[in-house]
Amino acid sequence: MAERKSRGTSASGRSSPSLVIRGGTVVDAGGTRVADVVISGGVVVEVGPGVTVPQGATVLDAGGCLVAPGLVDIHTHLRQPGAEDAETIETGARSAALGGFTAVLAMPNTDPPVDSAAVALEVLSLGSGAACQVAVAGAITMGRAGERLAPIGELAGLGVRLFTDDGAGVQDVSVMRRALEYARGFDVTLAQHCEDDALARGGHMHEGEWSSRLGVPGIPAEAEELMVARDIALARLTGGRVHFLHISTAGSAALVAAAKAEGLAVTAEVTPHHLSLTHAELAGYDPVFKVNPPLRSQADVCALRAACASGIVDAVATDHAPHAPERKDATLDAAPSGMLGLQTALPVVLDSLGAGSKDDGADRDGGPGMSVQDVLGLMSWRPARIAGLGRDQGGEHGGPIEPGAPAHICVIDPSATWEVDPVRLASRSRNTPWAGRVMTGQVRHTVFRGEAVVVDGEAQR
Amino acid sequence: MTEASKGSRRHLLSIAELGADGIEEILEVSDAFVEVGRRSIPKVPSLRGRTVVTLFAEQSTRTRLSFETAAKRLSADVLSFSIDTSSVKKGESLRDTVETVAAMGVDAFVVRHTSAGAPAAVARWVDAAVVNAGDGWHEHPTQALLDCYTIRQVLAERAGRPLEGAGVECFVGLRVAIVGDVRHSRVARSLVLALGALGAEVTLVAPGSLLPPSLEGWPVAKVSYDLDAVLPHVDVCYLLRLQSERGAGAFLPSVREYGAWFGLTSRRAALLGDDALVMHPGPMNRGVEIADDVAALPQSLVLRQVSNGVAVRMAVLFMLLGQGQVGTGGGGPGLLPTLGTVVGG
Amino acid sequence: MAERERRLTPPRGGVFVPRVQVLTAQDVQRALTRIAHEIIERNHGLEDVVLVGLQTGGVPLSFRIASVLEEMEGTVVPVGLLDVAFYRDDIGIRPVLPEAATDIPGDLAGQLVVLVDDVLFTGRTVRAALNALADYGRARAVQLAVMVDRGHRELPIRPDYVGKNMPTRIDEQVDVSLDGVVLGDVVPR
Repeated sequence: MAERKSRGTSASGRSSPSLVIRGGTVVDAGGTRVADVVISGGVVVEVGPGVTVPQGATVLDAGGCLVAPGLVDIHTHLRQPGAEDAETIETGARSAALGGFTAVLAMPNTDPPVDSAAVALEVLSLGSGAACQVAVAGAITMGRAGERLAPIGELAGLGVRLFTDDGAGVQDVSVMRRALEYARGFDVTLAQHCEDDALARGGHMHEGEWSSRLGVPGIPAEAEELMVARDIALARLTGGRVHFLHISTAGSAALVAAAKAEGLAVTAEVTPHHLSLTHAELAGYDPVFKVNPPLRSQADVCALRAACASGIVDAVATDHAPHAPERKDATLDAAPSGMLGLQTALPVVLDSLGAGSKDDGADRDGGPGMSVQDVLGLMSWRPARIAGLGRDQGGEHGGPIEPGAPAHICVIDPSATWEVDPVRLASRSRNTPWAGRVMTGQVRHTVFRGEAVVVDGEAQR
Repeated sequence: MTEASKGSRRHLLSIAELGADGIEEILEVSDAFVEVGRRSIPKVPSLRGRTVVTLFAEQSTRTRLSFETAAKRLSADVLSFSIDTSSVKKGESLRDTVETVAAMGVDAFVVRHTSAGAPAAVARWVDAAVVNAGDGWHEHPTQALLDCYTIRQVLAERAGRPLEGAGVECFVGLRVAIVGDVRHSRVARSLVLALGALGAEVTLVAPGSLLPPSLEGWPVAKVSYDLDAVLPHVDVCYLLRLQSERGAGAFLPSVREYGAWFGLTSRRAALLGDDALVMHPGPMNRGVEIADDVAALPQSLVLRQVSNGVAVRMAVLFMLLGQGQVGTGGGGPGLLPTLGTVVGG
Repeated sequence: MAERERRLTPPRGGVFVPRVQVLTAQDVQRALTRIAHEIIERNHGLEDVVLVGLQTGGVPLSFRIASVLEEMEGTVVPVGLLDVAFYRDDIGIRPVLPEAATDIPGDLAGQLVVLVDDVLFTGRTVRAALNALADYGRARAVQLAVMVDRGHRELPIRPDYVGKNMPTRIDEQVDVSLDGVVLGDVVPR
């Protein structure tokens, strides 16, 4: 194979001072334990209760907090190159760090798209000084037009592990088939934004009770489910690995469950908003709730939560999609789809998936009562594996937190409350559906490669 | 040469129907024709008075010239016919064409066509012998035969053995990598069958989208996506031609990416063992599947393949037309003259 | 050579059953020695003489003649091998395949070729050999040496040197080797 560049990006060059995370409860794939964490030289050196603080070390107070491996978001739109008015890699990474993420996978639907080595290298280079690791996904087809294959081999040689035309699905089944066959030799995953254009065209929200009431053209669940079913069949036909981006319907979850039961190499992710919000939010025609795939019914939300609890869903991914305020501020049909998600993901997911939870006024059932460890798994070590960022894959993320591990850690205060103020978010954009709501659960500190990039909720970089 | 095989074959449509014995027989007869080719007058009168028609529906100067040369060196009369498939309806009109030509008195058709199975169809329609010169993605039997002949020739030379009586033991356990667009290659199909029948160990190396959907029943030892890993462990590296229409994005991102991962560059050629052979059916896309300087290396057998092609095709035509079958020449076995006039010495 | 052909070729392919030994190995050796002398005598020496043995029966005989010539005259006479499969006039009537190598040393232009075969029968093999030789240059002359002439000629071909004249029935078989000459029959398998 051609040389693969290591996915650990070049050293920042700063010597990291020693850090001690004191007084918290460490939670990782290995279990839960009360312990302090000592970090030095970018690496965890000691984990245990009551450690001695090395001289000159900075102490981060983690009293009452969970100390977890840094979260990993495998579906983020950083908008650079091409739409820097909405977000840049720097601001997006800062939002991520504030949300507890130490790695994000940047989606390739930039302008120009990531369908060449040059653009991939540009994104990686811009991300090298960011507050979290910025990995990049490549496009499946040139220009994401769904016709000609992108140079998957060349990009894989640069360390790209996941390919998608996200923003759109690959409509031509023979192209998707060829892509899966071609990709077989490169040990990469193809991810699909499942949306059948013919069925979805012209829709601006979920097709159902509310779209009928509001008189807005809708996108039926089948527009997603048909492509999920199709790509499951292709996974079976070609032996390729398929990851389903942002599944949003009960039907999609059921299809994924059956495919997994059959032993096919498929994985699926869900967004925080699809675990908590429904199409009822569109009642006021507010475009902040316009997203693709759209917010669906309560039954879909419940099915997706259950799918998280039962292991059908492998990861939560934010689909963080900034849009410049002037673009989102339009009529529902004219506004672009997309919501911010990096800073609000953790409290939303803890609330949606945890036992009984905060009442923030929305009409929803209680969550499926997942353990904190399992929820963190959905947000850290399991997405890390899908993106090839796990420690046993040549990457650095997902823990476990043990001596020798790269120091990517988030410290979470599960009971801290805070109000979402769009203006004060780190993103350049403001399109968060939780504006004005009070969240329970906040990231107190984030450590990236041994450096405290967020301290007491304030970004340091 | 077995008794059973003599006189039993009417056509050469595929390697599949030949088997190891049939292949060995043709290779042995080819030895004699290689010697003919070395003479100052490389011609024998064996097929004098016979008519061989080359019927090519696909552009191919090299194969057609090779067959024409072979027929002429056997003193046969040669006619060349080009079918333009775009202006002619397929199927029925091919039959009309073939029957009309056959009615003028033809002993053998050499058929190349874009449709798999076309030579078999011709064989059903006419009494003449039919040689498959390449049908769609299906087979190209004479190419596989000349490739096997070339390998046998070079290995015998290396061992200092005379070619005569060399047999086909040299193929048993021979490690051959076939690299490239196997999915769309009739050369690959014929070659895999031939090498498999002779006991060689074949590895296919190609991007996933250029492998056949199913390899069930193929005598292939293994499949690899990693050419670098395979090269140090092969005795023969056989490169398939990447047809430029494949590089248009449907099966591959680009010809450039194919060349980067699957092309035999100078760097990769250095990974080959000292005794390894490099082969290509031609014409070569220099810089794509094979680098320019690699094509010129001594272990590259491309030109030998071409010159052996004429001898092998002479052997095929001689064996098909010299076997006493139905044709415009002598009668079949049932028409043998009475004892008194039998051939003698 | 024709005998071998007939043995192996359908429809008369079968097994050779020997009946009577006509010449012993010693007889064969004496005959070849005599033929060698005759070659020298007829051609007033061995200048430009080339032996060409017809595959496969004539080959061992031609090598033996060559070694006798070398003993007698001290001259090494070149020996060529000729397989006439491609020149036969029965191609397309019966299955014919080359049995062995053709290897003619150099150009035959101006040379005196002595064709050597084991049995002379209908004459067609020799006629094919003459056609083949013509492709190697214009020989000064071609002479024919055979171990056995068994009659039944179909073409105007006559040998210059004969080991033994042996009238036979047309359905009989003659087997010639350095170990002797045997007359027999072919029995179907």
